[in-house]
Formats: sequence, structure tokens, C-alpha cells
Amino acid sequence: MAAAFSRERIDVSTFAVGFLILVVLILSFSGAANAADPAFRAHAFIFLIASAIGLAGLLGWHELSDRQPRFDKTFYEEGIVKAGIVATMFWGIAGFLVGLIIALQLTFPNLFYFPEIGWTNFGRLRPLHTSAVIFAFGGNALIATSFYVVQRTCRTRLVGGMWPWFVFWGYQLFIVIAATGYLMGVTQSKEYAEPEWYADIWLTIVWVAYLAVFVATILRRKEPHIYVANWFYLAFIVTIALLHLVNSLSIPISLAGSRSVSVFSGVQSALIQWWYGHNAVGFFLTAGFLAIMYYFIPKRIERPVWSYRLSIVHFWSLIFIYIWAGPHHLHYTALPQWAQTLGMTFSIMLWMPSWGGMINGLMTLSGAWDKLRTDPVVRMLVVSVAFYGMATFEGPVMSVREVNALSHYTDWGIGHVHSGALGWVGFVTFGALYCLTQWVWKRDRLYSNALVEWHFWIATIGIVLYITSMWVSGIMEGLMWRAYNQFGFLEYSFIETVSAKHISYIIRALGGGLYLTGALIMAYNLVRTARGDVPADERRRSSATPAIQPAE
Amino acid sequence: MTDRSPEIDPHSQVETTGHEWDGIKELNNPLPRWWLFIFWGTIVVAIVYWVLMPAWPAPPGMQGNTLGVLGQSDRATVAAEVSETAKMRAELASRLSAVDASAILQDHDLSQLALGLGESAFGDNCATCHGAGGRGAKGYPRLADDIWLWGGTLTDIETTIRHGIRSDDPDARMTDMPAFGRDEFLTSAEIRDLVEFVTAISGRKANLAAVDRARPIFQTNCASCHGVDARGDRAQGAPNLTDAEWLYGGDRDTLQSTIFGARRGVMPAWTTRFDPATIRALAVYVHSLGGGE
Repeated sequence: MAAAFSRERIDVSTFAVGFLILVVLILSFSGAANAADPAFRAHAFIFLIASAIGLAGLLGWHELSDRQPRFDKTFYEEGIVKAGIVATMFWGIAGFLVGLIIALQLTFPNLFYFPEIGWTNFGRLRPLHTSAVIFAFGGNALIATSFYVVQRTCRTRLVGGMWPWFVFWGYQLFIVIAATGYLMGVTQSKEYAEPEWYADIWLTIVWVAYLAVFVATILRRKEPHIYVANWFYLAFIVTIALLHLVNSLSIPISLAGSRSVSVFSGVQSALIQWWYGHNAVGFFLTAGFLAIMYYFIPKRIERPVWSYRLSIVHFWSLIFIYIWAGPHHLHYTALPQWAQTLGMTFSIMLWMPSWGGMINGLMTLSGAWDKLRTDPVVRMLVVSVAFYGMATFEGPVMSVREVNALSHYTDWGIGHVHSGALGWVGFVTFGALYCLTQWVWKRDRLYSNALVEWHFWIATIGIVLYITSMWVSGIMEGLMWRAYNQFGFLEYSFIETVSAKHISYIIRALGGGLYLTGALIMAYNLVRTARGDVPADERRRSSATPAIQPAE
Repeated sequence: MTDRSPEIDPHSQVETTGHEWDGIKELNNPLPRWWLFIFWGTIVVAIVYWVLMPAWPAPPGMQGNTLGVLGQSDRATVAAEVSETAKMRAELASRLSAVDASAILQDHDLSQLALGLGESAFGDNCATCHGAGGRGAKGYPRLADDIWLWGGTLTDIETTIRHGIRSDDPDARMTDMPAFGRDEFLTSAEIRDLVEFVTAISGRKANLAAVDRARPIFQTNCASCHGVDARGDRAQGAPNLTDAEWLYGGDRDTLQSTIFGARRGVMPAWTTRFDPATIRALAVYVHSLGGGE
């Protein structure tokens, strides 16, 4: 120990991260000792164990990596990208699995209901699913790709030494705290922002570190301009910080307890919530993943981005208009009608700014359309853009008050979200992971293109089953809810509208099952690729033609 | 530096911007005209909508918001629709609660209104226990058959809905079967014999020796409510024990626990929840389910 600290180079960032973890260690120890409720104690112990492991890891790393120069600026930081790929795939499969489970709970409530095991309740598992896929799967995809892309497009190593690793592991800790909180029933009851105040504070620290690393890397770039993908990443990181801070403003009931009270109430609270919720879609799931699209599509197909001007105009119009659209989640509620009007009209104006990204993505293929046929990864990326276009057209349509009067609260909304989530976010992430795994592990090719084909078709069929079944059940239940008889009485009781959806729910669960199957195939393919395996038939083929090739 | 002078992309013959990042270049294509056209179009639509509808909050110092030239207001629309519907129903509804219950069945308009209102109210209030369409569940009587605990005429049904069963209402339908076992009125052996007796009179095979032993026990303890012939008594809500219909179940274990601890199921009184017209409509609806008398 003493020897470690006496060596000449004590890296400042490592020291700072270690100090921060030490503070967390002390705070969590105190929290565990003084906890006001069992859930808080459990979380304090998780923080305690995580920070102990973190400190031990830092010390161990400090001892072992001493011989080579640390954070060598002549190399890109790729270890963190590898870790990010693994985390993305792991959380993705976990999130899809929980999604399938809750789909089955809705389909067969008698079979998948265990009242004596509280944490298996739909109410606990549903936020586990949404947060796992959006923030764990999507968030890790964004962190991993942004760390890769910003280095390549700025031609510089990630700035901050140990800080990027703090961002990565700190984010995983946030996910664990959030997920265990859902299962224990810890929630501040805000959709997509359920984690309680201490998790929010931790995420804020991690996120500020993320922003600092990203901005510092851009500032140290060796390129005269900032690449469009980095605009989108930056918009995503900055706006999510703002949304998270405002929406999660709350006052803890006890500094050693897992309950807090929001500073907003009534319709203000609802509006803040949907300002947050809608822009989580806009800046997390749209801007962030457009950044992925803007790097991986031109890079993979080796064609220039189709229009620089379009990328500028649609970037600025998108981020300006998106932030206004949240009130469309509150049509025909206590929200004043003028605010509903603004939410709706800004959503309509959002149509073309959203499509700008789709056009740039698709038109970048001009000159390389053949790759749709020859490279299943390209097909995955392009189909993701198509789903993006579909979902960003459907969104403005659903934001129109008269349409929303039918679609709101129904499964149509669930279908819309999943065409964006499974089709756009999922597929563009899968495409990026196929590329990245091959690139960061320095492989000539993926282990199996055939498996990518299987993944593509199984997942695509899954998505189609999912969204069509939700369209049918959503429009059906919307029409049933609003059916009146001649005296103005409701035609159907609520339970009748639920049982009418049974077949649709079976089809939806099937679609989700197919999507999960595709992800499992992908995980297998990525593992084999990272290990550098070659399929058996490929090996035979290459051994059949002996290597008497010129040495170029 | 990679800020090169613009070049021409060989495939599309379009100029690049001269930027390059990690091998990615950018073409300098103009904005697609259709894209720009639709974008402006949506802006025009938004502005027109702002003019027509309530849209922008008023500047500081002024109250409220722009009202829109159409003068449309959700609140006013809903209020108008509600009062219009109420007006439409008012005349029929007042007759519904004014006329004699049986007269409703003779009047086509009135019975249609009652069935519509009743079905709607039933689905969201009664179906929770009695099941969709009144098919019943364990402990909750089936309403779609002609077996009635407290009577199946319109008036009987309406009284039950109005005051409930063993509810807080002073006029609730109220009887209590004793918990013969728990309160030690009968021994375990006597209860076992009674179970055989009830099994036998409802037409199933039973231990005849036990049945004979139970006969006097039944007459002493049960017949006052369930009747000497065990066919029940609607005045006391006592079920007929000789048929195949069971509220909680007719198997030996269930009968055993029913006699041991009694059931005393509760239905709330609905007078505080519903207006008289709705209660009457519910009675008509339940009456129509299959077993109305």
C-alpha cells in the first residue's frame, strides 16, 4: 500500500475517483447504521459493498497496471467500449425477459400471479422492464457508443483518465439501485423516473462526470469541426441532465429513509412529469440514438452523410421543437386547454425535423443500396431508420387531440412506444453492437452473418406481431370505451374491454418472445466474435483451399 | 488537419463539405424541397390552429390566455354534452323512479332505458363480485338463474340493492346463521352427521346411519330457517339445501366449514351510491338476466 502511493506517478483522476468513492463508502456506512426503513438499509448496504469493491478495484488496478504508462494518449480507450458492449447486451436481455414476463402476466393473469411473492407483482415488474430497456440497455448503448464515437471523430483519447470508468461503473450501480428499489417497492411514483432521491443524487453525480468527460474530449479534439453525431450526443447528455434535475426535485422525509415528497403537486406535477417523460423519449431515445445512426450508418456502408445542411437544420429544429411537445400526454385532462394546444401543434411541427434524420440515414445509402442485400448489419441499421420514420410519423398523428381522444390510455400507445423502442432504438443499437464488437476486438468479420440474418428476421417478425396486435387491441378498446347506447350509457364495462384483448395479448407476448430470442442469438454471435471464433464450415472452406496466396 | 477543400463525390456528383472525421465525409446536398415544403406546411397548420383555438398564455399583466376565434372550450363542450344527456334522460328517469316497478316492464321506452342504465351501472359496480352478466362466483350468488335467496320479483331485487345484505343500512336484509361449531352449539360428530344429511337431501350418496342420526339435529337446529323440508325460506334469506346450487360449495369439506363457522356474506347498501332511478334500473336489469319473477 505504502509502496503504491510512494511511486512517482499518482494519477490525479484515479485519486479523485478514489476519494469520491471513499466519501460514498462513509456515507453509505452511516446510512446503513441509521436506516429508517429496511429498503433504505438494503440500498445503503449495496452502496457500501459497491464502494468497497470500487476502492479495492482501484488499488488493485493501481498496483497491477504500474508498468505501462497509464491512460496512454497515443491509444484510444477501448476497454470501456468493450465493457459497455457487454453491459448493453446483458441489460438488454434482462429487460426483454422482464418485458416478456409482464406481457405473459397480462395475458394469463391466473398463471403468472403470485400474491404471496410481492416483488413479482406487475406493478413492481413493469418499471423494472421500462427502466431496464430504456436506461440500462439504451443508456449503456449510448455511453458505450458515445465513448467510442467521440474518440474516433475527435481523433483523441477519452479525457479524464479514470473518470470514464467511474461513469461506466457508477451508472451500473445506479441501475442496480433502481432495479432493486422497484422490486422492494421504493418509488417516487414518477413514470420513467421512479428511483428515489438518493438514487437521483447518485445519477446526477455520474451524469455530470459523463458530461465533463464528453465535453473535455470534444474540446481536446484534433479535428477542426465537431461531427454531427457529437452534437446529438451532447444535446442528449445536457438535456437529460436538465430533465432529471428538475423532474426529480423532491424533499426527503428522512435523510436515512427511502421516501421523499415531490416539490411539485397537482397539474404542475403532471406537466413537469410529461415534460420530462416526453423529452426522455426525445433526447434519450431519439437524439442519442440519432447520434449512433449518424456515425454507424456512414461508417459501416462507407458512404458520405447525405446532407450536411439537412443535418444542421433538422438538429436545431428537432431540439428546439421537441422540448415543447410534452403536454400532448395530457390531452383532455386538468391541464389548461391552451397548453394542450401548444403540445399538439409543436408535435405536428416536429414531424419533419424528426424525418430529417431518417432522410439523412436512408439517403446516405445512395450508391451503396446493394449492401442491404449483402450485409445484414446494414439491413438492421436501415430498418431501424425505417421504424424511426414510422414511429415519428405516428407520434404527431397521435398527438392530435381528436386522435388522442381515441388512442390515449389504450394499447395503441404501447404499440407506438414499442415500434420506436424495438424497431428504432433496439435495431440501431443491435447494428452498432455488431459493428463495435467486430471493431474493438479487431476481428475481420463477425462470427456468423447467417446468425445476424436469423436475428434480423426473427426480431422483425416479432416487432410486426407486437405492433399490429397492439394497434388492433388499442383501437378496439378505445372504441369500446367510447361506445354509448342510445341513452348515453356506456355500452361495455371495463372488464369486457379487458377480456376482449386476450388474443391480441397472446400475439404480443409471442412477438416479445421472438424479439428476446433474436437478442439471445445475437449475444451468442457477439461472444463468439469477440473470442475470434470462425464457424466450422468456414474453417473447412479455408482449409480446403490451402493458403498459397501472395504475401501482398 | 482534415479540413480539406471540397471535392466531388464520384457516385452522386455532389460536392462534399470538405470535412472528414474517421473517414466519414459529408455531401453538401440541399434540403429536400418536399421536406421543406411539408415543414413550412406544419408550421402554417400550427399557426392557424393557434388562431382558431385557445393557444398562448396572455402576456404578464393580463389574465388567462388567447381564446381562439372559434371560441371552443373543452370545459364548455363537456358541460353542454352532460346537460344535454341529462335533459334527454331526465323525463324518462323521473318516470322510472315514479311509476310502479312492474309498470316499467310494460313500457318499451322505459324498460329499454332501464336496461341500458342498469347494464352500465352493473358492469362497473356489481360485476366485480357477481361477475360479468351476473354469472356469480364462490360466495357471490349467481343472478342469471331463477334461484333467489331473498326473492326474485322486481320489488325484492330493488329492496336488496337498496339496503344490502348484512350491511350498515338499518333496513338491511339481516339474518345470521349461527357458527354451530365455533360457538359450540353442536359437537364435531353432530356436524359430521349433518354434512352427511345435507349431502343426502341434495340427492347424493351419503352414509345412511349418519343421516338417520342427523335428522333430529336438523329439525332442532336448522329447520327453523331452512324449513322442515330443507327447501329454504326467502323471508330469512335461507337457501334451499335440496337443490344442486351452492353459494359456497356443496362438497363435504365446504359444508363442514359452513356449518362450523357460518358464512355471513355481506352486500353493501347502494342507496348512498346511486340515485333511485339507477337502483330501479339495476333491479330491472338483474330481473332481466334470466330468473326474474
